[in-house]
Amino acid sequence: MPRFLTMIRIDEKNVPEGGPSPELQERMGALLEEITKAGVMLDTAGLRPTSEGARVTWDKGELSTTDGPFTETKEVVGGYSICQAKDMAEAVEWAKRFLSTHEDYWTITAEVREIEG
Amino acid sequence: MSSDEQPRQAIETVFRMESPRVIAGVARIVRDVGIAEELAQDALVAALEQWPEQGVPDNPGAWLMTAAKHRAIDLVRRRERYARKLAEVGRDLESAPPHTDEPADPDDIDDDLLRLVFTACHPVLSAEARVALTLRLLGGLTTAEIARAMLAPEPTVAQRIVRAKRTLATKGVAFEVPYGPDREDRLGSVLEVIYLIFNEGYAATAGDDWLRPALCEDALRLARVLAGLMPKESEVHGLAALLELQASRSAARTGPAGEPVLLADQSRGRWNRMLIRRGYAALAQAQAAAAGAGALGPYALQAAIAACHAHAHTYEETDWQQIAALYGLLAARTPSPVVELNRAVAVSRAEGPEAGLALVDALGAEPALEGYHLLPSVRGDLLARLGRSAEARAEFERAASLARNAREREMLLARAADC
Repeated sequence: MPRFLTMIRIDEKNVPEGGPSPELQERMGALLEEITKAGVMLDTAGLRPTSEGARVTWDKGELSTTDGPFTETKEVVGGYSICQAKDMAEAVEWAKRFLSTHEDYWTITAEVREIEG
Repeated sequence: MSSDEQPRQAIETVFRMESPRVIAGVARIVRDVGIAEELAQDALVAALEQWPEQGVPDNPGAWLMTAAKHRAIDLVRRRERYARKLAEVGRDLESAPPHTDEPADPDDIDDDLLRLVFTACHPVLSAEARVALTLRLLGGLTTAEIARAMLAPEPTVAQRIVRAKRTLATKGVAFEVPYGPDREDRLGSVLEVIYLIFNEGYAATAGDDWLRPALCEDALRLARVLAGLMPKESEVHGLAALLELQASRSAARTGPAGEPVLLADQSRGRWNRMLIRRGYAALAQAQAAAAGAGALGPYALQAAIAACHAHAHTYEETDWQQIAALYGLLAARTPSPVVELNRAVAVSRAEGPEAGLALVDALGAEPALEGYHLLPSVRGDLLARLGRSAEARAEFERAASLARNAREREMLLARAADC
């Protein structure tokens, strides 16, 4: 059964003020518990803002480090999950359910990728 | 929900994900897993008819559950009317009281799922039937998938499942989680079924069929589900820990040509660290749950042994003293010649080949190990380490003649040639 990495992409500049509402956190918590109980969820976490992150680049033999925030990128990874699902369709269905816990004023994207090997 | 995809595929995916819960919820009403599965299928047909036109509902799982439950309640009412009519004509018919209450919270669904697990793994069924039924009802596998995974013809598996459902109905197996002294025995059967499913896939990793390793993942998922359903049972966590740790090695267990790679030669960089971490966490839960109840059970002990291997960054760093001690506990808890043989290997690593050989030789007359290729294989290994080459070669050749897996036979013949 393949494993999938789901990256939750957000636009840091347009995250609703105050972050996730208590209701959203509650719905999210309940869903994450459900996914875990279904034996699907292997690991998940949110990520600290890119202002606290760094990018290290290797470009034709040149190393460079850029500290966050990454202002030039519209969407950044705000969280991830690693799931074990039957197939891509199942992984996508769980991602849909995760996104659907959000209120209508959110704009977020879940990128679902199969882990090789 | 979106209209940007083929509804049929979405429906089938949702159905596969939800079917164990739907079957479990409906079985509580109709008290028959065979009928429950049919009613769940009816709900799927209804979804296939309605969703493409009306769109996939926001909560498709709840939709399927409600649709199936309405059918179940109708069925129970029809049965009651039938029973009343029979009674009117003077016949006495025992009929189960209807259970039409809707589950209010997720705990009810958990209870229903647990009942489904215990029913599918009921000892009234043969081990093969339990495995097939568990994969079908709880793993959401189709009959064709189970047949491929178990290397059995599809009609055979279909028959096995039909007969299993009929047996449960005719023997009047209650849809329940047993309490009291029964409970431990029955839980043992549930854990055994999951372990059998795992081993069916694990032992076959060196085979040709690429589908069988997927069986390990199915078993692992079932173990995780069970651990979520029975968080207080130490052995459930013990089994989950054992499977996580064993699965963590799968990528390293076979070489480029599909040949088995022994533990000593496995590239530990290919062990899956995340599964190892999950194994440690499950083992810690097993230990915590056992703290009140006394000693660790056999699955948790085997998990503890697997954890010792996972802790070692190289084969040489392995804490064989600890492993030998754990095998000692395991042998005391569940005495078996196979455990004793494994203990001999651990002792030989901890104290030297002579000590191991003494234990192996004590097993020589064990009828249960007659024809078991690992006994001469281990003996050959110990003799080789003692420099008794001619005897070692004879043992490896004997082991090769007993091995049933072609890859393993090749490896043993190669070892014989090296002596």
